[in-house]
Amino acid sequence: MLLRELSEIPGVSGDEHRVRDRIWQAIRDRVEGARVDALGNLIAWKGSGLPGPRVMLAAHMDEVGLMITRIDSHGLLRFRKVGGIDDRVLPAKTVRIGPEGIPGVIGGKPRHLLKPGEEKKPVSAEDLYIDIGAASREEVERVVRPGMYAAFATEFAEVGDGVVKGKAFDDRAGCALLVDLLAEDFPFPVFGVFTVQEEIGLRGARVAAYDVAPDLALVLEGTTCADIPGAAPHGQSTVFGAGPAITVMDATSIPSRPLVDGLVRAAQRRGIPWQWKRTAFGGTDAGSIHLTREGVPAATVSVPCRYIHSPCAFMNGSDYENTRRLLLGFLQDLPAAAAGLHGV
Amino acid sequence: MNPPTIDLTRLKSLIAELAPAFGPSGEEGPIRELIAARVRPLVDEVRTDALGNLIAVKRGGASGARRVMVSAHMDEIGVIVTHIDDDGFLRFAPVGAMRAPVLLGQRVMFDDGTVGTVGSEKLDDPKDLKLDRLFIDIGAASRKEAAERVRIGSMAVYAQDVRAAGRCLTGKALDDRSGCAALIEVMHQLQAEPSPHDVYFVFSVQEEVGLRGARTAAYAIEPDVAFAVDVTATGDIPKGERLAVKVGGGAAIKIKDRSLITHPRLRRLLIDTAEACGIPYQLEVLPYGGTDAGAVHLTRAGVPSGVISIPTRYLHTPGEMLDPHDVAAAAALLAEALRNPLAVGPD
Amino acid sequence: MPQPTNNDSVLYGPVRKLLRELSELPGPSGLEEAAQDRIAAVLNLYCDSVHRDALGNCIGVKSGEGPSPRPRVLLAAHMDEIGLIITRIEDGGFLRFAPVGGIDPRALLAQEVTVLTDPPLFGYVGVKPPHLMDSAERERAVPIEDMFIDVGLPEADVRRRVPVGTPVVVRRPFTNLLGTRATGKALDNRAGVCAMLEAARLLSGLRFSADVYFVATVQEEVGLRGAITSAYRIVPDMAIAVDVGFGEAPGLPEDQVIGVGKGPAIALGPNVHPRLHERLVQTAREHGIPHQIEPMPGSSGTDAWAMQVSRSGVPTAVVSIPLRYMHTAAEVVDLEDIRQTARLLALFAAGLTASDKEGWSRALA
Repeated sequence: MLLRELSEIPGVSGDEHRVRDRIWQAIRDRVEGARVDALGNLIAWKGSGLPGPRVMLAAHMDEVGLMITRIDSHGLLRFRKVGGIDDRVLPAKTVRIGPEGIPGVIGGKPRHLLKPGEEKKPVSAEDLYIDIGAASREEVERVVRPGMYAAFATEFAEVGDGVVKGKAFDDRAGCALLVDLLAEDFPFPVFGVFTVQEEIGLRGARVAAYDVAPDLALVLEGTTCADIPGAAPHGQSTVFGAGPAITVMDATSIPSRPLVDGLVRAAQRRGIPWQWKRTAFGGTDAGSIHLTREGVPAATVSVPCRYIHSPCAFMNGSDYENTRRLLLGFLQDLPAAAAGLHGV
Repeated sequence: MNPPTIDLTRLKSLIAELAPAFGPSGEEGPIRELIAARVRPLVDEVRTDALGNLIAVKRGGASGARRVMVSAHMDEIGVIVTHIDDDGFLRFAPVGAMRAPVLLGQRVMFDDGTVGTVGSEKLDDPKDLKLDRLFIDIGAASRKEAAERVRIGSMAVYAQDVRAAGRCLTGKALDDRSGCAALIEVMHQLQAEPSPHDVYFVFSVQEEVGLRGARTAAYAIEPDVAFAVDVTATGDIPKGERLAVKVGGGAAIKIKDRSLITHPRLRRLLIDTAEACGIPYQLEVLPYGGTDAGAVHLTRAGVPSGVISIPTRYLHTPGEMLDPHDVAAAAALLAEALRNPLAVGPD
Repeated sequence: MPQPTNNDSVLYGPVRKLLRELSELPGPSGLEEAAQDRIAAVLNLYCDSVHRDALGNCIGVKSGEGPSPRPRVLLAAHMDEIGLIITRIEDGGFLRFAPVGGIDPRALLAQEVTVLTDPPLFGYVGVKPPHLMDSAERERAVPIEDMFIDVGLPEADVRRRVPVGTPVVVRRPFTNLLGTRATGKALDNRAGVCAMLEAARLLSGLRFSADVYFVATVQEEVGLRGAITSAYRIVPDMAIAVDVGFGEAPGLPEDQVIGVGKGPAIALGPNVHPRLHERLVQTAREHGIPHQIEPMPGSSGTDAWAMQVSRSGVPTAVVSIPLRYMHTAAEVVDLEDIRQTARLLALFAAGLTASDKEGWSRALA
């Protein structure tokens, strides 16, 4: 299962090459050509000679993680976060560091030694460090240098009933979907873009979209799903198992209405369960893509994932499958609908 | 030079017509159609682009003509429905800088004419008055009934018309429909006495959510010089902000806001033009905020850009207030500037 | 004042003189005209051509030997400094102001400033005496909105001579400290500009085959704006931002500072292309240039952050000169760090060959 492999590969923003290599293996026989650009985006295409709209499908390869910034005299590693991570999820997690994947654990003060009341305050990343079992700075320096990345070491597994757990479903789920879609042939040019640096500012998608100059774009994401105890119904964003989530607005873009309507029609026509994403915060690569050059109609479709941006997320297999069906259906309907998509 | 004569009655009725129209960021259809109908007779070409910007072109055709982009945003702040509960109440997120204390108790309208009142959960502390504690009541008895009128993603804006208040006008969305009206007035002015330049009037979208429309429009137009006309905050109310700009003090020539530092040569050009033509003006530094020019001036290899602002009180409320004479001054200044050779490009 | 030694004057004399001049030039973001004129004049000494773009970026070009297309490298150092801008004249002729760029208001109180009218006016950021403050006021930092500048003129004169929008910079003569260290205003980033200009001078004595674009950028402090437009125009094969970094000092987090006097810091992280990082480190090693490695987990906050996402993407790197007390009137740098940064940039550019034009973006098979 490709998603298992993609989930377990480390690929923090700026260090996506292992993910890219694995994806390239998976798609090389499915596409006409591909290139890696100066930032590390993988841009693959098929049907480039065909008439019709240039369609960009984007999923980001990078994940949130850590960077080693300093090795202290005890041989412990200081780090800073790469991308948005809640400090409170960090204590007592395992990580893999650098190209060799050196294992380490995130340590901090034991609860017995906390000052009264301290256990009620959120822990700060500044008070934590990574321990790789070294006895001295010198021992660390043989295997780890400042500037190396660390990713969560989380095993992928099937749990519950049709649910998978693992790290980086945001957005390896989107990557896996895009690999699946590239197996299909379409009567128009398709650019499958696996982007870098989404988590630190939608940066890879920006230059890739400039390069591809698409007529329209779909962003495939793993998104927040907070149907959990204590969450008000209007704060949940999405519901687990209720199908792909279509975004109506977020902090970085207001999706193209014709594209959104096309997605809804594609789902309804095929009886595919789907849902609106019911919050408007956060952002996706669509935020930078839609402002490229003269403007690009763009929309985002997401697989709901509980606990994203933490070391371990849950994804429902039926949501993944229904997202795949929806995207495929939308692309099948596209030639008929394309005429109405441009301009407003 | 004499100041161009602005038809103040025409200008006021245009503002009163444009401001109440529906057009939150991303859903600018109704206001776009209204503006398109007004500008079509005044220009050579009208088009829309992928994001929904309305671009009206008036060609000057003189030799040495420059491509000048002039923009005013037609979108307004609003709210977007994110959830419909079992009893038919609507939860929402802001579209642009919508603030909970201002919104509470307001009447809002959807583009199909559906209206609602913004209500609040029972709050223990006034500090809890946040947008996520508010909801819209459209008088529906159930989710099903509500869903017949709105869906997740539907947007609403303040329901408010424009009224005269002394020498001022008050209403919603004067930010930036007053700027749109100024642009249309400039088109009238250029009918009478043309500009040598090819002027691209852009009624932009999605300014309130991040200067988005102006960015893609500027990329397409590749202007040599650009101007934006937008509203600005004032320092003339009791215990207000310490700003120099006053309502009734004339067009404000922007020196700086958070998105732009006006190109020095354009700043001088605007000041000199106002002085020479006797157009009332004031200088503006806004420590926050931004306009379309913020996006336009960073387009491609850079575009010298300036902003003419309309002093407006109570911004982003349904009771925005401005002096139409200031709008007239802004239009007059822009029309005169467009008749200048505008030789402000790079070396 | 410490007197330079003979050795000092040979090694550091020209750099010291240039840095003094650059430091004292007024040039707050967006209003860099005076700085632009002077920096363009220096670039003219060493470059084949110099021009200014629509935003005011000064671009000097030195063309390499050998056939086209040659690799095109962009070196960027921002010339703007943080400053103030007048927002309103109060009764009595006191000037209210807003910051231009990121200013710590606590370092502003009781500073001498230059109000950039023509001719400039001396000003002082006035303070309310402590005995007029209530206890709550004494406990908190004075907000910038409550500060004012006094130019010692009657209100009518102030209204005539100081229009709203007049820029202001701190007034601080450049001063030599012990050894090779110096203090002044605007060393962020005139130290970087100084290193870049010195690199242009050094390159004039070398044979090289790349086309080198020296860009003194505008409006970095308000949003990397000059870098956005200049990178778009130049379309470089690679770009390096030369800026200042946090010099180590007590109380700063040890994992976020670089050593003062230990040479340029070469950054590592998402904003840096690994191949470019390696080339810079290799250049430093080959030429015995002291250097340090600086991890940057996210935005570098430099022009490189903007240049990297220009058009279809640009390989970028960041070279930082250690600097203490950033964004105050008392910034401190070590001339040796500037000199070594200049050597690193010049020798890096001189080491580029035709093959460095290729491979940044590559087809897969």
